[in-house]
Amino acid sequence: MADPPTYDAKSRYTENRGVAGAFEGETMTRRGLITGTALAAGGIATMAFALPGLGFALGPLFEDTVPTRWQDMGPEEDFNEDTYIPRVMNIVPEVGDAGKTTVYLRKFNRQRDTVIKGQDAQPYVAISTRCAHLGCPVRYIQASKKFVCPCHGGVYGFQGQVEGGPPVRPLDRFYTRVSRAGRVEVGDRFSLNSELERFAPRDPSNHLDGLWQYLYPSRPTT
Amino acid sequence: MKLPSPPRALRRTPKPGDNGRNGRNGRNGAPATKPSVRDTAVEGGATVVGWLDERTGASPFLRGFLFRKIPKGTNWYYTLGSATMFAFLSQAVTGVFLAMYYEPDPTRAYESASRITNEVFLGEFVRGMHKWGSTVMIILIFLHMGRTFVFGAYKYPRELNWVIGVVLLVLTLAMGLTGYLLPFDQRSFWATVVAVNINASGPVVGPYLADFLRAGAEFGPTTISRFYSLHMLAIPGLIIALIGAHLYLVAKLGTTAPPWLKAEKKDLFREEV
Repeated sequence: MADPPTYDAKSRYTENRGVAGAFEGETMTRRGLITGTALAAGGIATMAFALPGLGFALGPLFEDTVPTRWQDMGPEEDFNEDTYIPRVMNIVPEVGDAGKTTVYLRKFNRQRDTVIKGQDAQPYVAISTRCAHLGCPVRYIQASKKFVCPCHGGVYGFQGQVEGGPPVRPLDRFYTRVSRAGRVEVGDRFSLNSELERFAPRDPSNHLDGLWQYLYPSRPTT
Repeated sequence: MKLPSPPRALRRTPKPGDNGRNGRNGRNGAPATKPSVRDTAVEGGATVVGWLDERTGASPFLRGFLFRKIPKGTNWYYTLGSATMFAFLSQAVTGVFLAMYYEPDPTRAYESASRITNEVFLGEFVRGMHKWGSTVMIILIFLHMGRTFVFGAYKYPRELNWVIGVVLLVLTLAMGLTGYLLPFDQRSFWATVVAVNINASGPVVGPYLADFLRAGAEFGPTTISRFYSLHMLAIPGLIIALIGAHLYLVAKLGTTAPPWLKAEKKDLFREEV
């Protein structure tokens, strides 16, 4: 014969807490169980649509939206070592004019040009016109041999290195190659720090020097 | 203090026999005169309102909300919040109509926007209301914030309402940012490029935020529809929900007296002690 339950408000047994209809050894009230179940079911149902929805919206962060495509920029005779020739390339073909951008092309000069560390010497220098400050289109001025940004006054030298204004790193470049038919082709974008060391492509405004570079991680896909 | 009596439609529905026009309560026992058209219309309206009120219990709430006490010294500066809300409503309505003609596609957005201006009946007017209304709303929300700050209306117990208001301010600015891209002309394109890259300049999370806004590493085929979705579904939904919370707190906590009435309030306090 079990002793009648002794009342103890802090007991883990519902029986001892004086809950009506309690079973022996029961630690959770039925009300508590049903409340918990309802909350858990609601939480699971919410997560069931919220998480896929969120993943759907955030998906582009984790997929490569700019696939590699080599684009023909014309025959080798069109270009020289002393000045940049502008060419239009399609970064995103699906969006019409918004996906086009100008790229400045010049033959690589083995005496004067800095060889980009961490890669074979590129046959051509292909400078992106996307300003490293906030992405406005820069223009090349042959008279001063500089790139100038119209938005906030960034100035870049002949190799795209920063010479003035707010930009935080040199102008980006594109990989280049010469096809068997002697045509210059331009491929993916890459970024550079002030030492002209190669990095995975970053957004404008992202520093790549010193400790700063660790605050601006590259994309998970690149 | 006596509250003003509610509008006629919200008063208690008269029961049959309450007034002299029903039944045989005409003067000297004569049959009642036929009710006029106006009386019938008022009676009909009251019946509809009464039917709704009986089933929703809305009238005590509405009376409390619309006829609540306000402090002495309340002035025109206190209307800036309502003005901001009406600016938002105007944006919502004109925005819904603009969405009927606008196509959020990078190759067609500019065409459809210029068609609204040049070809659609009243298109230039409605687009102009939306464009200039956005500026009006931002000016009004800052004036409203300034009024709240200068009058000290953010202090206890209204801190939470200040916080909600600041979130509404940020969301309003986000509306300005996301809406700016949609005409898709040179100015809006480059302004958005710059704005997204400003987002990218934030340490650690910046690059991810920029990728989220652009839907990828470059301005791509779904960037404009992403901005469109944020501009007309996600952010307005949040704004509507937060305006509801903001108004609820205003009605619950009441408004503050202007600061130049503080002395009077102190006297009152001393008297009570």
